[in-house]
Amino acid sequence: MLSRTAANLFWLARYMERAETAARFLEVGGRIALLPNAGEGFRNEWEALLRAAGTSDAFARKYGEPVQRNIESHLFFDNDNPSSVATCIRCARENGRIVRTALTTQVWEALNTAHAELQEIERQPRSQTGLTRLTEWTMRTAALIRGTVDATLLRNDGYDFLHLGYHLERADNTARLLDVKYFVLLPKVEFVGSGLDNYQWVTLLRALSAHRAYHWAYGGEVTAAKIAHFLILNPQCPRALISSVQGLNAHLDRLSRGYGRSSPAQSAARALLGEMAEMSVEQVFEEGLHEYLSRFIVEIATLGACIHDAYLSGDMR
Amino acid sequence: MQTFFDEMNDQGKVRPPYARLQEWLAAMPAELRNLKQAEAEALFRRVGITFAVYGEGGDPDRLIPFDMFPRVFSAQEWMRLERGIRQRAKALNAFLADVYDRGEIIRAGRIPARLVYLNEAYEPAMAAIRPPRRVFSHIVGVDLVRTGPDAFHVLEDNCRTPSGVSYMLENREIMMRMFPDLFRENRIEPVDGYAEALRRTLASVAPEKCDRDPTIVILTPGHFNSAYYEHSFLADLMGVELVEGQDLFVEGDRVWMRTTEGPQRVDVIYRRIDDPYLDPLCFRPDSMLGVPGLMDVYRSGGVTICSAPGAGVADDKAVYTYVPEMIRFYLGEEPILPNVPTWQCAKPEDMKHVLAHLPELVVKEVHGSGGYGMLVGPKSTREQIEAFRARLIERPDNYIAQPTLALSTVPSFVEEGVAPRHVDLRPYCLVGERIELVPGGLTRVALRDGSLVVNSSQGGGVKDTWVLAE
Repeated sequence: MLSRTAANLFWLARYMERAETAARFLEVGGRIALLPNAGEGFRNEWEALLRAAGTSDAFARKYGEPVQRNIESHLFFDNDNPSSVATCIRCARENGRIVRTALTTQVWEALNTAHAELQEIERQPRSQTGLTRLTEWTMRTAALIRGTVDATLLRNDGYDFLHLGYHLERADNTARLLDVKYFVLLPKVEFVGSGLDNYQWVTLLRALSAHRAYHWAYGGEVTAAKIAHFLILNPQCPRALISSVQGLNAHLDRLSRGYGRSSPAQSAARALLGEMAEMSVEQVFEEGLHEYLSRFIVEIATLGACIHDAYLSGDMR
Repeated sequence: MQTFFDEMNDQGKVRPPYARLQEWLAAMPAELRNLKQAEAEALFRRVGITFAVYGEGGDPDRLIPFDMFPRVFSAQEWMRLERGIRQRAKALNAFLADVYDRGEIIRAGRIPARLVYLNEAYEPAMAAIRPPRRVFSHIVGVDLVRTGPDAFHVLEDNCRTPSGVSYMLENREIMMRMFPDLFRENRIEPVDGYAEALRRTLASVAPEKCDRDPTIVILTPGHFNSAYYEHSFLADLMGVELVEGQDLFVEGDRVWMRTTEGPQRVDVIYRRIDDPYLDPLCFRPDSMLGVPGLMDVYRSGGVTICSAPGAGVADDKAVYTYVPEMIRFYLGEEPILPNVPTWQCAKPEDMKHVLAHLPELVVKEVHGSGGYGMLVGPKSTREQIEAFRARLIERPDNYIAQPTLALSTVPSFVEEGVAPRHVDLRPYCLVGERIELVPGGLTRVALRDGSLVVNSSQGGGVKDTWVLAE
């Protein structure tokens, strides 16, 4: 497969996953803000959200005050924000258009329809595009595209590159979403362990569509340690960091088998998984949740660079 | 008032190839027609066949309007067209092989040396290169117009990279999906063998050094190009990679593509980028679309470029006048399909005639395409004609002129119902080990009432083109 084609597939998946994350950020923010007396009021939560999304500076320059409507504009509609839902869906479709022949009609039509619907939403008055509608539409669209990939795409190397994109982006994004908790709680240490704290954790679970799943896996009581375990180290949770890393390993292994040679990316992914498999949630808290997540984000970025060098640059001999 | 030949209704009678269609049309209520038209448009948009027009702004994903009323040829009509097109494709290739070699036709005084060697499209870097099977133009698009039951004229030749074949294939697919009954009732020759034939043609011109099943690629300028859809469509149908310049590199005496498994050798390049961009070391140094060193590999027989650089000298509008002469010179035959009478403004006596008759003539730029920079005398205002006259006097050798042809019409679905609209035809002729032609082509239709310009950039649409089996 052409390296450029592989890169387009990889990025197509990354952009779709990123669009979904932007919607999840919006949902977390919307729910946290419903709580009447969190710290300094709604401002605090939204600001925390933007910092975790890594766009607080760009937001401040363009909009100033973090009020909900502006944040919706920024995270959903803003063409200047490289991580907004609109930008991501455009980029995903553009990547798909370039490699049209590596996709099935179903995948392409799903992408194309998403793009057409997005244009439709952009034309509607903002009074009709409430936050819930935006986030639900985004998640349904992302699920539809992922579904057509799983149901129709040939299981060849292109399929692996798509999934490398999905897993890499998801690992990074889940880590960032988890980090929202850190930013929200940072100013007031006394909130930790309070009812408010738990409410925020639950909101995070909801945003990751893992609320019910958590209860099935751990039974009723909600504690920070259990949730952190669920979202970081429990391979049963599809959005847990370890699940993404397992996915990366599986697809890198498939590629190595298919091509008949291993790559440095495969070794890097194995090392990362090895470390996580040994880890306990106590160790995570000992290191500090924020510190651990920051380190994890860097490791995922390094793995992304390895994948690029090995397969997407076309330089491997 | 000029009268036009209508391909369905000739002097009050329905011509035989259209007999069944007439019944079909009569039985179709207007509501159904509108429904079907909307369905066709949705299908086109869903599969993503769109067409971007440079510099026009607006919707980059614009559709070329598709007219559901097909254009039909009888087996006999097609047989004659096919013979004429094959003859022309053969002569054009013989001409190219000659002018990059000994130039016999020029030595014999049958075509002026200036017209060939000083032509912008003549590529000196190709001198003495003999491409495999001495084929220079592997896909020849011959644009035809009709003025009467038996009167066909060649309007121009396209020897570089004629586009539009994806419309020929998709128009048929969509018609078959929407009106399966029509295809049961009429015996229509299939066109879907085109991709296989193209692949066969490209494989048959693999370079000397190729010692295995050749690796074929399509080279595209990228997804911003207006014909990108077609490039990817053809790559998909042939099962070959669609590459950009950045995907290829030269090492040793071969061309390679960058793949996820390391470099892979490339033998035949069907390029859809223009000559000047092919190789920055040989042509335009600022080209980012090409492959540095490509021409060296080509010269040493390590790769085949389709069409060969410099093939455009044969489809130049000034050289066009001499194609009948080429047919006589190389093949010893009389042309089966005549040219349109053409005045060359570079010749003083022709120029005199053109200036005296501007309101009746069509004047085109020698190197122009896409219907830009042309004057359609009878459809222009006095001011437009005078403005054009000034440009013409400034650079006579940049223009040719032709009579305004009474282009045939075919019934078409328009807002008011069904009305005759002017059409042309572009069949695609493949030249490799053999000359192949699928029975059909692209019919372009000028959807604006009275318009003679069929280019999609000027409000033209397309039709499915049928050749009936005997």
